[in-house]
Parts: sequence; structure tokens; C-alpha cells
Amino acid sequence: MKHLSRFNITSLTLGLAFLYLPIVVLVIYSFNASRLVTVWGGWSLRWYAEFFNDAAMLSAAAMSLRVGVVSATAATILGTLAAVALTRGESFRGRTLFSGMLYAPLVMPEVITGLSLLLLFVAVNAERGFWTVTIAHTTLTMCFVTVVVQSRLGSLDRSLEEAAMDLGCDPLRAFLKVTLPLILPSVAAGWMLAFTLSMDDLVIASFTTGPGSTTLPIRIYSEVRLGVKPEINAICTLIIGSIALVIIAASLASKLSSRQGESAAPL
Amino acid sequence: MSGRRLFTTPARRAAVAPLLWMLLFFLLPFGFVLKISLSQTVIAQPPYVPVFDPAQGMAALKAAFATLSLENFRLLAADHLYILSYLRSIVVALISTAILLAVGYPVAYGMSRLPARWQPIAMILVIVPFWTSFLIRVYAWINILQHDGILNKTLLALHVVSAPVVWLSTDTAMYIGIVYSYLPFMILPLYATLAKIDTTLLEASADLGGSRLATFWLVTFPLSLPGVGAGALLCFIPIVGEFVIPDLLAGSRSPMIGQTLWLEFFTNRDWPVASAIAIVLLVLLLAPLLVYERMQRRQLEGRR
Amino acid sequence: MDAMLHRETKRGGMTDDARQAPDVAGADIPLLQLDALVKRFGRFTAVDRLALDIKAGEFFALLGPSGCGKTTLLRMLAGFETPDAGRILLDGQDIAGIPPHQRPVNMMFQNYALFPHLSVQDNIAFGLKRAGLPREEIKARVTEMIALLKLESMERRKPDQLSGGQRQRVALARALARRPRLLLLDEPLAALDKKLRENTQAELMRLQRQLGMTFIVVTHDQEEAMMMADRIGVMNAGHLVQVATPRQLYEAPNSRWVAEFVGGVNIIDGKIASRDAGRVTIATPDAGGIIAAAPLQALTTDQVCVAIRPEKVRLSAHESAPDDDDAGGINRLAGVIAGISYLGGQTRYQIRLDSGAQLRASVANIARLDLDAFDPAQRVVAWFAPDDCVVLDR
Repeated sequence: MKHLSRFNITSLTLGLAFLYLPIVVLVIYSFNASRLVTVWGGWSLRWYAEFFNDAAMLSAAAMSLRVGVVSATAATILGTLAAVALTRGESFRGRTLFSGMLYAPLVMPEVITGLSLLLLFVAVNAERGFWTVTIAHTTLTMCFVTVVVQSRLGSLDRSLEEAAMDLGCDPLRAFLKVTLPLILPSVAAGWMLAFTLSMDDLVIASFTTGPGSTTLPIRIYSEVRLGVKPEINAICTLIIGSIALVIIAASLASKLSSRQGESAAPL
Repeated sequence: MSGRRLFTTPARRAAVAPLLWMLLFFLLPFGFVLKISLSQTVIAQPPYVPVFDPAQGMAALKAAFATLSLENFRLLAADHLYILSYLRSIVVALISTAILLAVGYPVAYGMSRLPARWQPIAMILVIVPFWTSFLIRVYAWINILQHDGILNKTLLALHVVSAPVVWLSTDTAMYIGIVYSYLPFMILPLYATLAKIDTTLLEASADLGGSRLATFWLVTFPLSLPGVGAGALLCFIPIVGEFVIPDLLAGSRSPMIGQTLWLEFFTNRDWPVASAIAIVLLVLLLAPLLVYERMQRRQLEGRR
Repeated sequence: MDAMLHRETKRGGMTDDARQAPDVAGADIPLLQLDALVKRFGRFTAVDRLALDIKAGEFFALLGPSGCGKTTLLRMLAGFETPDAGRILLDGQDIAGIPPHQRPVNMMFQNYALFPHLSVQDNIAFGLKRAGLPREEIKARVTEMIALLKLESMERRKPDQLSGGQRQRVALARALARRPRLLLLDEPLAALDKKLRENTQAELMRLQRQLGMTFIVVTHDQEEAMMMADRIGVMNAGHLVQVATPRQLYEAPNSRWVAEFVGGVNIIDGKIASRDAGRVTIATPDAGGIIAAAPLQALTTDQVCVAIRPEKVRLSAHESAPDDDDAGGINRLAGVIAGISYLGGQTRYQIRLDSGAQLRASVANIARLDLDAFDPAQRVVAWFAPDDCVVLDR
């Protein structure tokens, strides 16, 4: 019964074209030799060279990478713990508040989250910089990790854990030996999501960072406000390229692990 | 059952660290926002009110309470710049959500009707742009929409227009940017509900004389309403507080509330007013936020 | 004796005919004719050159193991699959090209496919509204269906507020409401528990008589098919291997496969040694010479097998036992009781013959006290009448 009507094909094609065309244009123009962004001056890697010579931009990129790795790791640990508590903890006191605090940041306007965290940091006289941004990003991204891991845990057959305990594991070991390996792909996906969200964030970082520690999005934003610059196209292309690589690697990895998962599931 | 119970206590212990983290870095900061919003604007560097010192005891607490004022909220109510800003944000969010639904529904429907082995690929294709930076995606549109950008060049070449059209710094550009950035958030929940619909229900409808159109409106659409609701909230709430897209793509004549907050905070350095703006925004969004949370909870926790 | 079996099956056939409602359309044209129907999925042929006639008012069952093509056949009748070749004639008209929503055929889905967002009455009215009936008519028919299937006081409930049995009745009401020429039921009882299933079988038979409608039911449960259907079509690997009344199917299977698929059976391989006067003698390595009634259909070779139902195997404790059989001392096999399963109404014995082969016998427990029961390892003689043997190709 599932035949594709012309309407379905058209809407899918148009939708995907709308999603990808701007990115394709951006990537193509990053190889433009001309300084005028809109005039095609032939293929060139000039703007990539420019980026690798731009010390301010490079240090911002390094800062973003550091914040991204640290905050994503912290967020993955906290978010996985939260997901376990929500799916395996049955009902406990403060559960509604707990899950509420975890789901709200997913949609909360970033200006509110950013402002409130800044006011906290100011109130406790924290020195603003790497750590404040990292804490802020951990807070935001652990919620995404929670949702990703929670949906996997929720669909996991609980008799597997019960079987592990029946065979002599205590709950902690049952989790480490059975549950964790099975949810590992989604934990990894959560880490990557947290990392890209951190690399991407402009608003919260703008609020919580201090003088001297600029992240890549903040730097890009201040350039973009002044208009289109070919160098920005080159940076964006690099970012898109690395994300594409990560996604391809991730989907290959999940394909492998899902094959494992399938063979493991009937056991 | 007992196996589940065995797991319960250690699982609850797992909640401690994330719970403390969220109390400290999510809930507690709202207290500071509230406090600052009730404080006098101080022209200082940095412009914040001194921290309450518990060593001074009750007297200091009373004194601290005495300094609280609703001045900032009065300002928000009196100056129609703020009221217009809130109104504009809500209108923009409503219009954007409607466009997103109109664009996202056909795409999600098309995805759900693909052969099963193509569906995960289509889903990855929709998610990938979401993983590429938000800022990049907005920036990509500046490339296209600028005065001598690709859109104007194409339109001129096709003789649709005789002179370049001004796209940047218009509402059109802003709506394009918003729809573009939020489209995956609309498509994914819609697709999730559409893909879950049991195809035998569609066959049953056909069997009972329902044409394709009747089947869509009487079976598919009503059953996809939870997805419509989830997608709409997932887009509407953050769009109301959106800053980057209107800042980069829309004109500066009538700012959205996110821009106003940003302006008060970074340019005017008026932290108390910025805080008051955030509090009012939060109150406005409370109802949709609560509805969204309930849907999330039901979706993620209701299955067993 | 062959004639007797023949008579008996004939009689069975006649009673079956008498049970049927009178033909509505011309008596000679079958309601449904399938002609060389073929359906392939890729390289897999799900239905292979299948031909079948079904008369109006018949209760027909399609029986087969999973994957035999019975559901594909049903879905072709409903219009959800398009045949790759062949014709589907309903009242003499080819409906193969008609989309499902325009066919006068309705289906009851295996999972019921009740619309979860609609109440019971809206589910039942769904098809009537699509047919564009006037509002009063729809109301009247919904009321009629609700009464017919005893769904009073459930009208406003949603499907998830109903029990499994109630859901099944709503699905039936919804499919019947349009008064289809043909009602298709896909494993209608599979989701019900055993007790409920038995009641529902009787209910389906009552409805079918009362409405005089033609039912085609797909099932993998032979007991269910035999209990409800006037005729059963047994399918295997896309082919219709036998179409017969339940009795014929059990007593006169036309192939070894059918004999083994429907009910329990003892199969003894052998070779035809001689034929005379309605009897054949079959030489078997396991059971010596077996004398059987001459086969009804032509055999392809001398290499045959003999099928004997376990309840037709009789046991006796004495070596010299019953000479009262009119054939006089034939078809006797000596052995020991190797296994006993007591099942209440009957007891099943596993007998190891002296040749080493196994034989199954089931004995009805007609008396409460076990005077006739056998003990483990007891020596017995198993014997059966030539008329109870069915000779088939191997």
C-alpha cells in the first residue's frame, strides 16, 4: 500500500532542497578566489589560508573545542545518570521537579538561560571565562543527552537486566555489564550532540564568557554583523565538513553496533 | 517485580548528581534574575547589586527586602517599546509556527510514506542540517539574500524582477531564516507520529470506502495531532525568545523581545531591566512550557 | 468398504449443502471465482496459479501454515495487493483493477484496525458515511449492528476502553455494517483467549447463517476451520492443495502433506504388491503386508504410503485377539507400549512395533474406570481395518 504519490516525492524533494541549498551555496563560495563574495573569481583555497593565519579566529576555535570537549563529557555523564534515574528509579520524591528541570532547557529561550547563569556567576563572584562557559554549556546540553539516552533506555527490554541479576550480578554490575553496552550508541550520540550544541552556541556563551575568552561563534557573529566575508565561508565549510565526517562515522558505528545489538537481543 | 525493585534504589542514587547540578545551575539562577529584576538600576561597573551578606543577620535581610522595588516592571508596562516588543515576538512566533507546519507537514508525510528502508536515510538527511551550526545556517542565508546575492541574480536573470529586490533586513528574510532553522524541529516530531500510525488503519479506511483524501483527513490527520502539537510547541517557545535570526536578518525598526533584552543588557548595561524582561517573558511562556513538559514526560516516560 | 467411505463423504457433502443459505444470484454462477491467480513479491511467488470457486452464502476457510500465501490471497480479494496475473471475478465481474474503497468486499483485520480516535459508533458508522447514506439510515444501521453484536452501552467508548472480545465485535460490526457481498476475516480469533475463542466461533457461525452472507476466513488453526467452515481450502507454498468439507479433508486427504497437516496421522511407507476387488496389498518394511481399501485417486507410482489416523488404530492385550473383524486377522502388528499420555477424553499410546517402527494410537476413555487401559511396556497387538487406511503417493 505504500506507493509514493507524485505529491509526496515533490514535497520531499522541495523540503530537502530547501534544507541543503543554502549550505551548498555557502560551501561553493568558500572556494571563491574573488574578494567580492558574490562575484565568481575562480576556484581557490585562499580563504582557508587566511583563516589559518588569523590568530584571533584560531584561538577562538581552540577555546570552543576545549569548552566543547569538557562540557560534552560532563553533560554525557550527568545526562546518562539522569536518564537512568528517570527510567529505572520508578517514582521518587522530587521526580516531577527533576524531569521538569531537565526538559525545560530544551525549549527555553537561550537569552533567559544565559542571563540567569550570568547573574549566578556574578553573584558568587566567579571569574568569567572558560569554566563559566563550560558550566553553562554542560547545563544546557545534559538535557539533550538525557532525552537521547532516556528514549533508548525506555525501549530496552528490562528482562535483560533481570536476567543479569538472576545470573548473579548486583544492580550496579548488571548496569555496567548489560545495560551500558546496549545503550552505548545512544550515549555516544548524546556526547556528539552535546559537543555540536556547545560548538554552536552563541547566546549563552556571550552572556557567560568574560573578557579575553572568546568562542568561535562569538567571533564569527561579530564578523558576520559587519557583512559577508569569504573567510567566514571557509570556516563554516570546515565546520560543516568535520560535522559531516563525524555523522558518517557515527552512523557507520551505530550500524555496526545495531547489528551486534540485534544478535544480542534474542539472547 | 522484585528485580525491578532491586534496581530502583541504585537508580535513584544516580539522580543525586544531576539533580544537584540542575538545582544549582538552572533553578537557583532564576532566583537571582528575580532578585535583580526587583533592584534599582545602578550605574556602576559591573552594574550588579551587592550580594546579601548572611553575617549581618535579619536586619540586613529586612534592609535587602526594603530595597526591592517594582520600578522595572512599571517601566516595562509604561513604555510601549517593551509591550510592542513582546507583541511582535508572539506574532512572529505564531506566524512562523504556522508556516513551519505548512512546510513541515508535507515533508514529514512524504517521509513516512517512503519504503521502510529509505526512511532512516531521509531522517538523517533532515537531521544533518540541524547538526551544522545554527549560526552558519543563518549566515548562509545572508549569502543568498544580500543585495547582489544569488537570489537577486537568479530573479534578474529570469526577468522576474527588473531591479534587485531588498531582501536582507526585512521580515521576509527573518521568516525565511526562522523557518529554515527550525524546520527539523517541526519535521521530526511530525514524522515520529506519522510513522507510528498503523498502516492497517489506512487499509481499514480504504476497505470501508474511504478515498485517499478522506482517509487522510479522517484517519491520518487526527492521529498525527500529537505530533502537530509537539512540533508547534518545540518551535513556538524558542522562537518567541529568538535573538540571532532577527538580529542578523530582520530590520532594526521593531525588535523582538530577545533583541530588546540583549540591547538592555549588553548595550545599555541595564541589568535590572533586562532581568525584568526575562521574568515577564518566562511568565508569558509558562503555560506553553508546562504543556510541552507534560508532553515530553508522557512521550518519554509513559510507555511502560 | 471403499464405497462406504465414499457414501459417507457424499452424505457429509449433502448435509453441508443443506446448511447453506439459498443462492441469491443465479444458482449456477459462483459468487467468487478465482482464475489462475498469481502474486509474486520479488522472486518469491506467494500465490501460484490459484483457482477457486466460492458460492454465495458459503462459510469458507483458508487453512495453511504461516507463509503459505493465505493472507496474500485475502489481501488480493480486499484490493490491498494487485495480482500479477489471473482474474478475480465477483458476481462474474473482474474486480482485480478496482481499488479497495470501491469494492463491495469488507475485511475484518487481524489486529482489528479500529480507529483509536473514534468512538465505537463512529467506527461502525465510518464505512456507512463513506457510502454517502442518509443520516437516518446510518443511525438505523449502527443501532442494528450494535444490537446484533451486543454492544449496547459501549457506543461512546473509545477502542482502548474495550476488552479484546468487545474490540473484536466492534471490528466485526464495522465490517458487516456495509452489508458486503463478501466478508473477509483475517485470523479473526487469533487475539482472543481459548475460552472466548470458542464462544466467538459459535457467534460467527450464528451471524453468518442469520445474515446469509458469504464469509471467507483465514486461519492457521485447523480445529477452528473445521468447526466453523462449510468447506476448507488447504494452502501450501502458494498452492491450493485440497478444497473439501472438513470431513473429507480429515478422512480422505488427497496427499501425504494434507494428511500430516490436518490432524495426527501414522504414515507407513511401502510398495503396492497386489490389487484385487477394491483392495490393495502393500508391502511395508515396517509393518509387513498391509491390506487397504483401493485408493480413490490415481497413484503415480507403486511407491506409496499408508495413512492411518491414531483413533482408528485399535489395541488389544492378547496375541490371539479379535477375530471378529470380517477381514479376519489382517493388519495386525505386534509391539510394546512405549509411551502413554492421558488427555482426559482420550489416551494416546506410543507403540514400538517389533520391527522397530513407531505407531500412535488414541483410545477414547469411554468408561470412568480404567479397565481397558494398558500399562507401560505391556505387549499389545495393534490392528486396523482396511477401510481406515488411506493410500497416498509418497
